[in-house]
Amino acid sequence: MKITIASGKGGTGKSMVAANLAWALSQSDRVTLVDCDVEEPNLHLFFPPDDPESTDVQVSIPSFDNSRCTLCGDCARFCAFGALVVAKDRVLFFPEHCHACGGCALVCPAGAVTEIQRPIGTVTTRHLSAHLSLVTGTLNEGEVLGVKVIREAKRCAAKPGWLVCDASPGTSCPVVETLHGSDFCLLITESTPFGIHDLELAYSVTSCLGIPVGVVINRSDGKDEDVRKFCNERGIPVLATIPFDRWIASVQGSGDLISRVDPTWKERFIALGGACRSSVGGT
Amino acid sequence: MKICIPSRGPEIQDLVDERFGRAPYFIIHDTESKMTEAHVNSTAGAMGGVGPKAAQFLLNHGVDSLVTERVGGNALEALKAGGIRVLLYEEKGSTVADAITAFLKGNLKEQ
Ligand code: SF4
Ligand code: SF4
Repeated sequence: MKITIASGKGGTGKSMVAANLAWALSQSDRVTLVDCDVEEPNLHLFFPPDDPESTDVQVSIPSFDNSRCTLCGDCARFCAFGALVVAKDRVLFFPEHCHACGGCALVCPAGAVTEIQRPIGTVTTRHLSAHLSLVTGTLNEGEVLGVKVIREAKRCAAKPGWLVCDASPGTSCPVVETLHGSDFCLLITESTPFGIHDLELAYSVTSCLGIPVGVVINRSDGKDEDVRKFCNERGIPVLATIPFDRWIASVQGSGDLISRVDPTWKERFIALGGACRSSVGGT
Repeated sequence: MKICIPSRGPEIQDLVDERFGRAPYFIIHDTESKMTEAHVNSTAGAMGGVGPKAAQFLLNHGVDSLVTERVGGNALEALKAGGIRVLLYEEKGSTVADAITAFLKGNLKEQ
């Protein structure tokens, strides 16, 4: 069962829900938690520090052989991302614009382009308990190809059991990449007008991808009528409501998980996982 | 000598566009023949790399100097490698004709 946790904007408590859900489910099942917010991964902060294994994520980038290059300009004409400029005496390459599509090597009539590997990020695996692992994708600063790191993190995380992916906030390419292959998506929202607007954006993405969703209302002040109305009209189940509560805030503030310190919350998150599973018709 | 001015429109009375890669037009003026041509910047709306793409356009058109308000790092590197001088023209609300006059006076600062 693959669940993605998403929200239309940052700061809704998405990571908190992901970490609690994964921890609660891991009390009885095998769970892999994947931090796909590769620009600012933070899930490891909910767990005690340990000794993780990291591997580099590499992309193929072009390398130009000046002695073969005839300065014909085909590569720069082909490159859709403006990563190449053919100057009077050589090809200039701007690696931060390169999307590693391999096209320039294909179109070069002189065989002047070869591909070399360049690291753009890392994937780190932590074994948090016998049943719970955390796979974290991290994009190096200044890099643009976050989707490659997400893809690699998900590949490393592909194991039996629950897969809980924490997407980056928003609705851009990295979120779509995270959602790809998910059975279900939990959308985290707050009961403010802005929250509903962001929820609507996120929901439009999951509908396009045909992924069933459920909503979790976080930091609820009890006045959730508008969110519930929005969900009712679209047939979206509201699967959990987490109140705005000083105790919850203080547990989170100390880097802990409410499901770890309070058995009631543990049961609620286990029930949330069960609700996700029954929403997609599983048992 | 050919100079290029990024512009909002195709005429020399149109305003200078302060964004090099995103300017909708490039006006190329030949200081010897006094001829002026307008080119649509076909990559202005591209997702990324508009600076290097615009630099490539200037290289392909044999431009010697670019007169612009600002230019990004990659575009600047590409222009320099191609031997194109970059001259800063920071008068707000000026027309392409004003920029050409300023260039001809010869007191623009080189970046
Ligand atoms: S690999 Fe693709 S994106 Fe990178 S420089 Fe070549 S054509 Fe451009
Ligand atoms: S396509 Fe090949 S030969 Fe042509 S400019 Fe690019 S590297 Fe040089």
